[in-house]
Amino acid sequence: MTPGDADVVIGTGEAVVFWVLGPVALAGALGMVLSRNAVHSALWLVNTMLALGVFYVVQSAPFLGAVQIIVYTGAIMILFLFVLMLVGRDSSDSVVETLRGQRVAATVLGLGFAGLVGAGIARATEDLPVAGLGDAQAEGNIPAIAELLFTRYLLAFEVTSALLITAAVGAMVLAHIEREPGSRQTQKELSRARFLTSDRPQTLPGPGVYARANSVAAPALLPDGRTLDETVATGVEPQEVQQMPRPTGREQLGSPDAALGTLDPAPADSGEQR
Amino acid sequence: MNLWAAADQPTLEDFGHDVWWIVLLKVVGIFGVLVLMTLFAIVFERKVVARMQQRIGPNRVGPRGYLQSLADGLKLAFKEDIMPALADKPVYFLAPVIAAIPAFLAFSVIPLGPTVSIFGERTPLQLTDAPIGVLVVLACSAMGVYGIVLAGWASGSTYPLLGSLRSAAQMVSYEIAMGLSIVAVFLYAGSMSTSEIVAAQADGNQLDFFGLQFTGPSWFAVLLPVSFVIYVIAVVGETNRAPFDLPEAESELVGGFHTEYSSLKFALFFLAEYINMVTVSALAATLFLGGWRAPWPISVWDGANTGWWPLLWFFLKVVAALFVFIWLRGTLPRLRYDQFMRFGWKVLVPTALVWILVVATMRTVSREADLSTGQVALFVGVPAALLVLAGLLLASRSANSDTRVMAEQASAGAVHATDPEPEVLPPAAARRRPAGAPSRAEGGFPVPPMDLKVPPSPRLRREGADAGGAVVGTGRRGTATIEEDGDV
Repeated sequence: MTPGDADVVIGTGEAVVFWVLGPVALAGALGMVLSRNAVHSALWLVNTMLALGVFYVVQSAPFLGAVQIIVYTGAIMILFLFVLMLVGRDSSDSVVETLRGQRVAATVLGLGFAGLVGAGIARATEDLPVAGLGDAQAEGNIPAIAELLFTRYLLAFEVTSALLITAAVGAMVLAHIEREPGSRQTQKELSRARFLTSDRPQTLPGPGVYARANSVAAPALLPDGRTLDETVATGVEPQEVQQMPRPTGREQLGSPDAALGTLDPAPADSGEQR
Repeated sequence: MNLWAAADQPTLEDFGHDVWWIVLLKVVGIFGVLVLMTLFAIVFERKVVARMQQRIGPNRVGPRGYLQSLADGLKLAFKEDIMPALADKPVYFLAPVIAAIPAFLAFSVIPLGPTVSIFGERTPLQLTDAPIGVLVVLACSAMGVYGIVLAGWASGSTYPLLGSLRSAAQMVSYEIAMGLSIVAVFLYAGSMSTSEIVAAQADGNQLDFFGLQFTGPSWFAVLLPVSFVIYVIAVVGETNRAPFDLPEAESELVGGFHTEYSSLKFALFFLAEYINMVTVSALAATLFLGGWRAPWPISVWDGANTGWWPLLWFFLKVVAALFVFIWLRGTLPRLRYDQFMRFGWKVLVPTALVWILVVATMRTVSREADLSTGQVALFVGVPAALLVLAGLLLASRSANSDTRVMAEQASAGAVHATDPEPEVLPPAAARRRPAGAPSRAEGGFPVPPMDLKVPPSPRLRREGADAGGAVVGTGRRGTATIEEDGDV
């Protein structure tokens, strides 16, 4: 491609990718605006961003494409999703307009804005001389971007990073809760306190393997049939709940003692010895 | 050797000229390798963890149990597929697919070997490469997060949602540390393409130590040790593996993001997790361990880096990295979530940033002063490493001094050695104690009964040494009990 070449040849591969992914990107944009569920909207947007990333790669800007996917779809949209998921999954948009004429105004203003931007860009780039890709990135895509970023656009680059850092620090300052140092017990102190004052350094026992009822009010059974009252959750009165009958004989379910191997290890061992 | 290596080392220009059937062959080959590696990794993990826990592990299906995961996979495919009533159906269906596809895609830029001849066609053993090679892997892992996050959200249930919130925060934070750890490699290799990073590790560094000439290692794991350590830690968080498996912490969240999934959809998550493990192991081998190039004692042999042999070295490195994953899982308990995030943001990311600064400064200084990499490593790297080691040693000694003092005094007969007057403790919460059992204050720490009969170890029984149970002691000394009583 020579500078100022008017007949830009588009390769078959590029054309195919464009005609396949162009509709996909457009469908994503429409889906984002039209879907009721906020998470679905975000997913449609991800779809569009991915398609754009592929477009960048196809148009010989692989670094831009990769950064588009890593930064925008990978990090920023994930944070969007994070917030949307915190809001709750049932908060679909209401169909009722809260401001009268809102939709019409939004449509008109949106179209007007798109027209202004499009016309502006078209005017600005109308007679721009085309340098061609070969000249713009003679040593490859990444060195060309690096050179521009660290020479011509260095100030813009640094100012942008200062802006982002300010935003991050500001968010942290606003969300920060001042706490008196030492007002919270450390994990070490808590653990010491638990070991020195309580009878049970470990966690409370679970509902129990041998329990015969599916209720939080039913205490677990010990292997010998006694109940273990500690397994009932705090705040629940221990009460008589309907339980399945305990197996009485070895014929029914096998004795729990035999299962532990403490009472009668004979069946398990003799089977192995043959 | 170097002449051969130069001939076989693919460069960026070698990619994109393959015949269609070679491309197809490579795609199918990578797919097959990844599925096989998953099956192998699951059995390998179960066997290694079993050995670490004094068990035998799967040994029934196939030769020595090595077909166990194949049987499990088949079983999984025939299980009932459940769609929860509250699920968001399209997203619930898509999530496992979104998790699995990027996992497969990421492997396409991993170099498996040098240029070889397949049915008369000379082609590199790598599906494709680009100037941004490593970024493709990062992009794929960034997309893989969506699978997990959406799975948790679409399930319409509390535990999966918590798991997916955790994984969103976790993977975004640890991806930053991972990306920063790789930057130093880019600086040294002068490229982001995987094949050129392997090429940059090809020749050893010529070291000149006071007239004594020798060849030093050129692996980036040796040249950039801090980057390597940060990468290893970050990818464990990135792949949701223990001790960083908080999104699926089964003791807190049942199964985390995949609680509501069953059958093939669950299998896809499983597949994606193990493929991600293989991919990050392969990337570790490529970026830090010399890629497909033979390690030192083998590389003396001239043919080590030609033909199909490098495939063997590559997969040996990958399996070694997988073993480290499994080792970590078998050794470390899961971190608490806030500690985990604090570690990522306050330790890993700042360390990586400072390290990049140091590396960039050294690069500039060595270029200005015209030093070779070997000289820099010798005169700056080695003293710095010694300083850091000495610092770590001192820090660990001072951190453990309390424990050591206490242990020494306890062995001399004292109890509560460093705390003769225990600080005022919060009142003990009312706890139910089984009636009749002695309290902790009475020396009643929960112990197994004195006459506990332990069944013999299956290994011992196999040797026929001891068939009966043996009465074992409970490890408590009588004198210790008396001392404890005296203390109260």
